[in-house]
Amino acid sequence: MSEKVVIIGAGQAGAQAVQSLRAEGFTGAITMLGDEAFPPYQRPPLSKAYLLGSFERPRLFLKADAYYPEAGCELLLNTSAKAIHRADRAVELTDGRKLPYDKLLLTTGARVRRLKCPGADLPGVHYLKTIADVDGLQEAFRAGARIAIVGGGYIGLEVAAVGAKRGLDVTVFEAMDRLMARAVSPELSAFYAAEHEKAGVKLKLRTGVEAFEGNGKVEAVIAGGERYSADIVLVGIGVIPCDELAVQAGLASEDGIVVDQNARTGDPHIWAAGDCTRHVGREGHYIRLECVQNAIDQAKHAALAMVGKPKTYSEVPWFWSDQYDLKLQIAGLARPTDTLVLRGKPEARKFAVFHLRDGAVAAVEAVNAAPEYMIGKKLVAEGKKIAAETLADTAIPMKQMA
Amino acid sequence: MPGQKYKVVYIEDNGTAHTVDVAEGWSLMEGAVKHLIPGIDADCGGACACATCQVYVAPGWEDKLPPKSDMEETMLDFAPDVRPNSRLSCQLRMSAALDGIVLNLPKSQH
Repeated sequence: MSEKVVIIGAGQAGAQAVQSLRAEGFTGAITMLGDEAFPPYQRPPLSKAYLLGSFERPRLFLKADAYYPEAGCELLLNTSAKAIHRADRAVELTDGRKLPYDKLLLTTGARVRRLKCPGADLPGVHYLKTIADVDGLQEAFRAGARIAIVGGGYIGLEVAAVGAKRGLDVTVFEAMDRLMARAVSPELSAFYAAEHEKAGVKLKLRTGVEAFEGNGKVEAVIAGGERYSADIVLVGIGVIPCDELAVQAGLASEDGIVVDQNARTGDPHIWAAGDCTRHVGREGHYIRLECVQNAIDQAKHAALAMVGKPKTYSEVPWFWSDQYDLKLQIAGLARPTDTLVLRGKPEARKFAVFHLRDGAVAAVEAVNAAPEYMIGKKLVAEGKKIAAETLADTAIPMKQMA
Repeated sequence: MPGQKYKVVYIEDNGTAHTVDVAEGWSLMEGAVKHLIPGIDADCGGACACATCQVYVAPGWEDKLPPKSDMEETMLDFAPDVRPNSRLSCQLRMSAALDGIVLNLPKSQH
């Protein structure tokens, strides 16, 4: 009898798993369900080109619609799972149907963290995670509108950049003392703060939002004891892994479904991949990643393990962010104790910050600097030791360091 | 003209040719992905971050393409089996000038 794979979650990781399962020779049945109305699509452009209006919706989809039937994947959209019955090896849907499985993959992703302060439920307070979120934001997102962005992370700043470009009056509120504090070095934070200010974005650092006010819709933000008028609010304060189904089924989760280096959960019939997981990273400790790279690579490794060809997942994490004409590319995971080496000049808007740990390249942050990023990623993968003076010397081409 | 479509011929490593329509402004990587052409992985979805959409541009078409950016040049250094006519298809935009372009696909993108 042919094997049945069920995939819960139709995002980047789910789509990759379908592709990789077929590429690795899996011939059984595949059913993938997703709670949105759309087949798997790219989320990164949502806060960038799609919001800007320079990238139309059909271009977001990862595959053509015809791909799924052709790949023998039954795609159930607008469909949510209610429970995983591990003893029966079946997924129960909210509509009561039961999908039996031999192997189950959880690619449930993450959901936005919501603010719970007074007024947080007022119309006009937006979040950004889905196509529907951006479409819902578009009408109010017009020149002259005052937008208050809560959270100076990737999402908040990408929206700020698009907003400034489209002529909105943009204010960013960030509780920490610098931008993108969780993701980048202080050097990068300072550089991006200056760029945003140059574009007319007002930055309120060390300023937590206390409440929203408004009559029937949001009209003001109360932050740091002050009142700021606003026509729209966009909240980007991080995401929470969607681990409820796994937890209810008794699988281990610690702010992310716990998986091993083959993307396997504690149940030999269940795997998990992407934003919803916590896994042992290449540095040997548990990490949770929210990125396309992890969705793709972990899904590939899950597929390999599901077809009996397990391979240890140890890829270098990479990330990118587009703000204005600046392409930020990051490889590796930095630590605050790393030694930082600047290569190039930030004022030239083309530079990189290398992170050395015990003399070896542990991470690189590159701004409009593809060679630094690509070769840096290779150096991180190899754990290559390079002297700080060498890295900093722009007279030595990156290629010579590979 | 927006919405205008032009022909692209993608030829797999095994010789199988696929002639498809790609809308103006779309990348030649997107054209391949939307038409399920095997041989273009495009892991990053077109962000020029993965170098898994390499193509070999057929003779006669190279001159019609814009020059490689620093970014594309560097990414190509990391792609397998790179040749003088290698390009990253995510960086090539469909236009009237490229109507009928022939792209050969590598055996593997990894």
